[in-house]
Amino acid sequence: MAICREVTTQAADTAMSLNDMLKPSTHCQVPLDRWVEFFVKDWLVPNFRPAFRAAQWPVDQVMRGLEGFLHAVPFYAMTIFFVAVAWRFAGRGVAIFTLVSFLAIEAVGVYPDTMTTLSMIITAVLFCAIVGIPLGILSASSDRFEAILRPILDVMQTIPSFVYLVPIVMLFGVGMIPGVVATIIFALPPIIRLTSLGIRQVREELVEAGYAFGSTRRQVLWEIQLPLALRMIMAGLNQTLMMALSMVVVAALIGAGGLGLTVYTGLGRLDVGAAFLGGFGIVLLAIILDRITQGIGAGAEQRRANWTFTGFVKRITGFARA
Amino acid sequence: MQKLTVKNLYKIFGAAPEEALVMARNGAGKDEIYRKTNSVVAVNDISFTVNRGEIFVVMGLSGSGKSTLVRCLNRLIDPTSGEIYLDGDDKAGSVTAADGENLRQIRLRRISMVFQHFALLPHRTVAENAAYGLKARGMSAKERRDRAVHSLSKVGLDAWADAYPGNLSGGMQQRVGLARALAVDPEVLLMDEPFSALDPLIRREVQDQLLKLQDEIKTTIIFITHDLQEALKLGDQIAIMKDGKFVQVGTAEGIVSQPSDDYVRAFTSDVDRSRVLTPRRMMQPALPAAEMAGLGKVRADSYLCDVFGDLSTGRKLAVVDDDGSYLGVLDPLSVFAHLQATENSTGIGGRA
Ligand SMILES: Nc1ncnc2c1ncn2[C@@H]1O[C@H](COP(=O)(O)OP(=O)(O)OP(=O)(O)O)[C@@H](O)[C@H]1O
Ligand SMILES: [Mg+2]
Repeated sequence: MAICREVTTQAADTAMSLNDMLKPSTHCQVPLDRWVEFFVKDWLVPNFRPAFRAAQWPVDQVMRGLEGFLHAVPFYAMTIFFVAVAWRFAGRGVAIFTLVSFLAIEAVGVYPDTMTTLSMIITAVLFCAIVGIPLGILSASSDRFEAILRPILDVMQTIPSFVYLVPIVMLFGVGMIPGVVATIIFALPPIIRLTSLGIRQVREELVEAGYAFGSTRRQVLWEIQLPLALRMIMAGLNQTLMMALSMVVVAALIGAGGLGLTVYTGLGRLDVGAAFLGGFGIVLLAIILDRITQGIGAGAEQRRANWTFTGFVKRITGFARA
Repeated sequence: MQKLTVKNLYKIFGAAPEEALVMARNGAGKDEIYRKTNSVVAVNDISFTVNRGEIFVVMGLSGSGKSTLVRCLNRLIDPTSGEIYLDGDDKAGSVTAADGENLRQIRLRRISMVFQHFALLPHRTVAENAAYGLKARGMSAKERRDRAVHSLSKVGLDAWADAYPGNLSGGMQQRVGLARALAVDPEVLLMDEPFSALDPLIRREVQDQLLKLQDEIKTTIIFITHDLQEALKLGDQIAIMKDGKFVQVGTAEGIVSQPSDDYVRAFTSDVDRSRVLTPRRMMQPALPAAEMAGLGKVRADSYLCDVFGDLSTGRKLAVVDDDGSYLGVLDPLSVFAHLQATENSTGIGGRA
């Protein structure tokens, strides 16, 4: 018994030292953390901080304007608007759900926070669309561009949302707008991917027909490719929206307000009730927005007459007039 | 009268077309060139001319390069080498030399196209689809609608102007494709297997309709098909294509009665000539109207096999079009003599 034990410990000892010998860190330790710190703190931030500040200016403007507007609209008007939109695009069931949800959100006292979160989401999705759709179009028309973009999007989609926060804070500081910027970056990939996919899946023959009748590249894009990719682009917008919502709580960590902040402070103080209220609002908001955007996408599929962008705009404006 | 002239056209797909082009010019075959250079010679030294108002049919099996050839003619695919001219062979009419804006003008006004799978826009109405080429020209909405509806009426679909393509049958959709191509009043009409996606009965119907329409509009048509019967029925000239080359160019009778090699013979040996040849093809010039009136009548585009009953009387027949006007005279003796001669020469009885 005893001998046996001695042998095993000896074996373990030699194994340990062999293990140590084979570890790269025994011979040289790579200070990756310090390199990154140097890169970000001593190069990126001093050189590009003004550029990043400037980049957040439009986000700031839109966010402020929208937040002010949403808070200024009376509760009943906002409710009627959302119920009507839900009815128009997603049917009666979703309309009823929307009505009940709005009443519940108001009743439990998180309506103002919900409006703040809503303005963050809309701002983020708006900028995702403004940046993402052109990038998607570009990547559909150039294989080389797509080859460069794809790994970047892959990385963006696999980085955990928390990891975004560090460079964001360094470059943009803390607060509401950096939170929205983090949300934009996090939610950007699906709209790019699905725009590109949507355009690429338009039948080659249709694009050929466009050129064969003397259309320019721009005419082919606007009259053939985009209308036929619209359903896919709407699906991308829906996914982007959902990812933006999932970022709400994380963005609160760097000072964004709204429902995310309610959850975050609730957790910090172990106030289960407050945390639950925040989560409650987020979930209801998510369901409502998801159903409405899906409804718009499905409508684009069903009523082929309204597939075009003009048809799409007509439906929305026609609705506003009705 | 030459409408379209193609000279020594080559199209090579692959990374190193120059090397493959040199090999092809020196007579190397498609397989050999692919093995050595990894490039595909899709169109290999093709030259032909088409006269105004003619239907030129290119017939070949899958992969023989038909689609590539027809797409070179309006530069949807840029040829590797060779020349394409409209109206003779002077520089002014060169399609291959046209740059961006000139090429666009050619596509807007002079050459239009009909596609195998129709290529109609599902989110536009039939009339909007038919007006597509006019819209690209920048024509006003009202004028292009009028012209589109007029063009639709030529193919008998003006009543469907405000329907969506998805609600139409395949045959009707392809007639919309044809109306779209005709709306721009093209000098040359390219058709890439336009009827291949249709079932046989409908196919015959649209073939007849195309011939009738052609009598009226007399445009120049390049028609691609993989169906020999279709080629023989429609073509004023027929080119048989194999591995990117034309192996024989000639009339339906020429192809059927004098196949240039075993490849063409293999195709044509199964063809029943009486189902290929029509009174229109076999007729002689019309006699004075007074004499014609006394003769029995046959329709110009029926097949000989359908009029054997009339022919067997041994009397001459008047060939008429659908409106009943006289086109020519059909002599039964020469018809049977021709059929007998061609049967023997291709050895149908013995199955060569
Ligand atoms: N974009 C391309 N890249 C590489 N090779 C091509 C390309 N397009 C066609 N080819 C090749 O060129 C040859 C001719 O193709 P093409 O499509 O012109 O044939 P086709 O006669 O129209 O056949 P089908 O009856 O199947 O339509 C084929 O061997 C094909 O593989
Ligand atoms: Mg083809």
